[in-house]
This record gives sequence, C-alpha cells and structure tokens, in this order.
Amino acid sequence: MSARFQTGDRVTIAARAAERHHRVPAYVKGHTGVIERVCLAQVQPERAAYHDPGEPRQTVYRVRVDQRDLWSDYAGALGDVLEIEIFEHWLETA
Amino acid sequence: MPTDDPHAPIGPHDLGGLLLADGEKTIDREEYDFAHWERIVDGLIYVMGSKGYPSDTAAFRRAIESLEPEDYARLSYYERWAHSAATWCKELNLVTQEKLDTKMAEIKSRYEGGDAQ
Amino acid sequence: MPPADHSHPHSFQDDHPEPETYHQLLGLALHEVLVDKGIYTIDELRSKVAGIEGITPETHGAQVVARAWVDSEFKEALLNDGYAAIKSMNLNPGYAEITILENTPDVHNVVVCTLCSCYPRSLLGRPPAWYKSKSYRARVVRDPRSVLTEFGTSIPDDQDVRVHDSTAELRYLVLPMRPEGTDEWKQSDLARLVTRDSMIGVARATAPDAL
Repeated sequence: MSARFQTGDRVTIAARAAERHHRVPAYVKGHTGVIERVCLAQVQPERAAYHDPGEPRQTVYRVRVDQRDLWSDYAGALGDVLEIEIFEHWLETA
Repeated sequence: MPTDDPHAPIGPHDLGGLLLADGEKTIDREEYDFAHWERIVDGLIYVMGSKGYPSDTAAFRRAIESLEPEDYARLSYYERWAHSAATWCKELNLVTQEKLDTKMAEIKSRYEGGDAQ
Repeated sequence: MPPADHSHPHSFQDDHPEPETYHQLLGLALHEVLVDKGIYTIDELRSKVAGIEGITPETHGAQVVARAWVDSEFKEALLNDGYAAIKSMNLNPGYAEITILENTPDVHNVVVCTLCSCYPRSLLGRPPAWYKSKSYRARVVRDPRSVLTEFGTSIPDDQDVRVHDSTAELRYLVLPMRPEGTDEWKQSDLARLVTRDSMIGVARATAPDAL
C-alpha cells in the first residue's frame, strides 16, 4: 500500500479517545511532530485485538516530537526528542 | 476505562509520563531470576505464538489491558501474562474455565500430597 | 513415583516452590490443560524455553554491535536495514523490522515501551525487571536525563537525548559508541564491552579499563 506521509512531513497525532484497544498513549495525543521514517504496514490493532484479521494493514510511521512540546516543564536540551511509532489512521496533516 | 477524554490514560497500562508519588519513583534495578512458573508462562505464550495463537499480539495485549486498574497494579508481570493467556484461550475455545478450575485444584493437591516434581 | 508416569505433565526437573497465588496457579493449570488437549507438547515447551534462554545479550546483541564497530560496510547495512543485516550474521531477527539507533557524540538514544514491555528479545533475551517497571515506563519519556543519571549515565548538555517509545511491532537496538582506546582490539574482545544496558541505551559501552 502507498504511504500517505513521507519523511519530513509535519503531522499531528489525533487527539481521539478510543474505548477499544489501541496503541497511542495519551501523552502524545494531540501533539505535532515530524515523520522520521516510514515503516512497514501492520494490521490494525483496534481490530486485531478482538480476533479479527485487522486488515487492511496500515502504514506505521516513526514520529519525532520535541520534548518541549510534550512537557511544558521539560528541562533538558532543546534538541531532546521523543520518537514513537504511530499508525497512519492516527495521523493528520499538521 | 471507557472515556471521552482523549487525554485520559487509555488504560491501566498507559504509564508514559505519569507523575509518580515519591515512594513510587525509584527504579528497582535488581536483576531478578525467573521462577519456574514464570518460565512456563513465558514459554507457553511463545509456543502458542508459534502456532498462531492468538492471531495477533494485539489480542494478547488487550486481555492484559482489560484488567481492572487495581488488578493491573497488584499483579506481577507474569501473573498478568497468565491472565491474558487464559482469557484468549477461553475466547478461542481452547480451554474452559471449568477445566482450568479442575486443573488448578489438581495441581494444588499434587503439591499438598508432596507429589510435585 | 514410577519413572514412566506421564499421567500428568511434569515440565522441568527444577526443584520449584509451590505456586503461591491464584494467577501463578492459573498459568501452570493453563499449560497443563493445553498439553492435555494436545495443543502443544511438553517437548515443544521445553525446547521453546531452551531457545528463549539461549538468547543472551552477550551471544546475540553484542555480536551485532561489535561487528558494526569493526566493519563499516556492515554498519552501514545494519543502519539501513537491521533485519537484513542481522539475518546476514545467521541470527534470527525475530521481528519484521528492527531499527538500529546509533549513538554519536551529538545524540544519545534510549528505548522504552510505555504501554507494555516491547523489547528486542531476539537479540537481548527476556527484558530485565526494571525495563517492565512502572517507574521506568512512566519516567523515562518525561525526564530521560534524570533516569539516565540514575543509571550512572549522565548526558552532557550538548548531546541530545532521543527517547524511543516502542508501541507497534518494531524493535530497537541501540548501537553504543565504541569506547576510546580500543583501536587495536579485535571483534571478539570488543563484544565483551557491549552490555545489555548499553544496547537499551541506559548505559554506555564498558570502558576498556573497567573490564
């Protein structure tokens, strides 16, 4: 499948509540970062968690977010970042 | 924990960035050995995985995350794994709770009878 | 007990204590019921556990790192496609995608799985208890420098810290910096400097004079 985003694109991680199983921790929801790299497509955890095949697969990206953006009181270096894998259906163009 | 708040933890397992009480902050760096039952539980998850059970890790994780927060916090790592494996094995009709109950009683009595090896 | 009694499955010869909690008992019971039902055999479990315990940071991850330190072509391939490069060493990558995180004078990488305990078991074996702990998972994404300092790894202000939260099916291995004073060392000796913690990113590789 073709990836919607490319390395370097600015993206926002969806600030969406979800009752079912998903793999987006609360602390990154709503934050904006940059695609660090495009990874393989994987089955959707929201469906695969309930014995469903989880197709179609969704591209996974590594998203780089500035620590200062995540934590208002962050005291480390300006260049400190967090990188996290996020599925395409949890990303929006920033 | 169903919630409409997108910034609420997504479950008892969602620990990233949580502000901990002073008594909880210390990272215990002790190197622990694995107990017999932990090696069994760890191994059974991987044997089952090699046979395609459950079909995706997501089901394994979901069954852990569905623990009540107090149970998630109370149970040890491999106790949570045991809970998860039993949960999806039941969902996939590989075992029944009755069979598990019977077997647990049997194992218990085996220990009490000194017949455990 | 008669030696050939297979009426109930004994798994290991270990002199193991009685299970203490409901869930410990549940785990053992589940194992025995699955064996009774023929879902897998005792031998399959035993060989799986042996396989798992045959993977150690020393025999697997450290070999990959030491090779990358002495073989620049391999290192480039490793950074480009961890899966393929690890496979080329006749090691089982274990996961579809393995990302190698290279530490440099400018960047220090550290790995966590905040939601569970995702870990490169194919290269490092089972994760240590602290990696799975609430305190590590909660704190290292928010205050990595303090956590690293607690591990004895203080990071200078001019070196950026990159925290990697492993949430999907990717796995990460940190490629620590090769310690100074090891120019003449051969690969097998270098591997002894590569600790588990240095490949998770909470430590640097062991200095040669600390061996």
